[in-house]
Amino acid sequence: MTARSWRFASTYVIMPRENVDTDQIIPARFLTTTDRQGLGPHAFHDWRYRPDGSKNPDFVLNRLESRGAQVLVAGNNFGCGSSREHAVWALAGAGFRAVISSEFADIFRGNALVNGLLPIEVAPEILARLIANDAAGEHVVVDLETQTLTLPDGDEVRFPIPTFSRYSLLNDTDEMTFLLDASPSIGA
Amino acid sequence: MSTTRPRTLFEKLWDRHVVRAETDATPAVLYVDLHLVHEVTSAQAFTELRQRGLHVRAPQRTVDTMDHSTPTTRGGFAALPIRDEKTASRVAQVEQLARNCEEFGIALLSLGDRRQGIVHVIGPELGLTQPGMIVVCGDSHTSTHGAFGALAFGIGTSQVAHVLASQCVLQTRPKTLEVRVDGELAPGVTAKDVILAICARLGVGGATGHVIEYRGSVIGALSIEERMTVCNMSIEAGARAGMIAPDETTFAYLEGRPHAPKGDAWEAAVADWRTLATDEGAAFDRSIVIDGSGIAPMITYGTNPGMGMSIDEPVPDPCRLADRAERENAERALRYMGVTAGKPLAGTPVDVVFVGSCTNSRISDLRDAASVMRGRRVADGVRVLVVPGSQQVKRQAEEEGLDRVFLAAGAEWRESGCSMCIAMNGDQLAPGQLAVSTSNRNFEGRQGSGGRTLLASPLTAAAAAVTGVITDPRTLIAGGSL
Ligand code: SF4
Repeated sequence: MTARSWRFASTYVIMPRENVDTDQIIPARFLTTTDRQGLGPHAFHDWRYRPDGSKNPDFVLNRLESRGAQVLVAGNNFGCGSSREHAVWALAGAGFRAVISSEFADIFRGNALVNGLLPIEVAPEILARLIANDAAGEHVVVDLETQTLTLPDGDEVRFPIPTFSRYSLLNDTDEMTFLLDASPSIGA
Repeated sequence: MSTTRPRTLFEKLWDRHVVRAETDATPAVLYVDLHLVHEVTSAQAFTELRQRGLHVRAPQRTVDTMDHSTPTTRGGFAALPIRDEKTASRVAQVEQLARNCEEFGIALLSLGDRRQGIVHVIGPELGLTQPGMIVVCGDSHTSTHGAFGALAFGIGTSQVAHVLASQCVLQTRPKTLEVRVDGELAPGVTAKDVILAICARLGVGGATGHVIEYRGSVIGALSIEERMTVCNMSIEAGARAGMIAPDETTFAYLEGRPHAPKGDAWEAAVADWRTLATDEGAAFDRSIVIDGSGIAPMITYGTNPGMGMSIDEPVPDPCRLADRAERENAERALRYMGVTAGKPLAGTPVDVVFVGSCTNSRISDLRDAASVMRGRRVADGVRVLVVPGSQQVKRQAEEEGLDRVFLAAGAEWRESGCSMCIAMNGDQLAPGQLAVSTSNRNFEGRQGSGGRTLLASPLTAAAAAVTGVITDPRTLIAGGSL
């Protein structure tokens, strides 16, 4: 078994803040790594931990019911700010496979897609419904093939994903191969 | 390609660089003229090249520097007293960059080089950035280079690998947004105030999916350095890039720079660059108009760059926001910042003033800051850091005696780098400290965990430095001492 399944059910974590910037997702002081791995424990570090290093019990990721959730539901304009791909690596490292919001910042969206973290854009009403819901124990189902998100009440919504990214993820090919194929026609 | 349809600057640049057109199934493949690289976002890209057995496609179009995590104290890393875990990982990262450049045959303007500096300061000053180019860098403030009439945008590390290996980048076509700033700026109002006013108008995500072209009489009258300040913060409104059509100001800045074309090639280049401006009648997807004459010195009060206001206004009350999520967001921001809705910020004591970053660390910015600080003293208890954007800026400032103005006032005069803009190199705020900064981001903890940032122009920052409180710089100008 090689390829990951692109249909999965998961509990989800609600972070209703808007404009969550990449400095919050992974503070700059953790960017001195030369690896893609190992950033998961630092995701949302300054919200997750108090200045003395202890866990902030009020922060959603520290709650028991957040364990094992592969889907993050966040307020509008998620991932704004810096281009650091480390933000995506940190979210993936923390176990997330999808983020649901009503809008994503451009660079974050691109970074997420190349790494197989699905940026699921839904209408503001759908986002509001998810946020208003008590997430504990509830599941959503994400299906990349059909581009559908099934809400806890069974309603299905379609989400946009660039055709090329969807194809690349489902077929486990990558953009580098496509680019190398497209670029020999030009001189350096 | 022959076309008679009027096109925007953006469309002309896009058309020139298409290697393979966008289709329903695939993004466009665009050729990249200049790829700037720094230590923080490149290591994993070089690793990918190594793993796949790829080489760098166009080393001559690739320029590396060290800026984000490097010390701005004299002597570089070697002079740092403690080699703690954090310093060690920074050293490892810059050493890795040096090895990568060596192995892949790329020019590196490393720490200690006369040309070293913040990537977005040195590209332009070396003449590497030119009109009509596509410029990319693993850094969101690549939009700075749009000031030259280049299409310049930030990319993630996977894309850094793409560009290294193919000299091309995949892009879906963005929409265009015209931001026209008419009128004339009042005294004491600078390019930084213009872009903070634009960000306040658009909001932090207001330009997502768009490339901005800045136009209008105010933009045309700005120097190249000021235009860079404006384009730099395009990303703070969510824009993929910001650009300004090249004109005589652009050509005059570029002529004679080390990497600018020379002789006949220069004449040919200028003739070509003159054709780039947006055609009469070309359509933008969206347009906004701002009255430049009405802009006052700006300052931010919240935790994103869109939360800005005129310095003489009271902090906006979140109550006026109809949307609940937006209101809660604004309330949370004010709580974090410790500011009170309905009250002006003027008179609030500050702990730190930072003059620097790719937004405002060029020679004209330092001259602005020095004009306020000359003959004055930094207020008691305030720490002031002045960090030039490059070694070249630093040398010029020293030739002009600006360093002595800062030092005599009691400010710190540093080596070039990103410094307290991103707080990776040890220059940072302590939790709770309030800073006026000329940088571009006031996100929670951006300048150090728990630190609070107010973004403003070099004039406003310097005014806070010498008074110790948030101060409208026009009051110091009106006193006749500027
Ligand atoms: S000065 Fe700040 S914004 Fe500019 S490149 Fe450096 S870290 Fe990024």
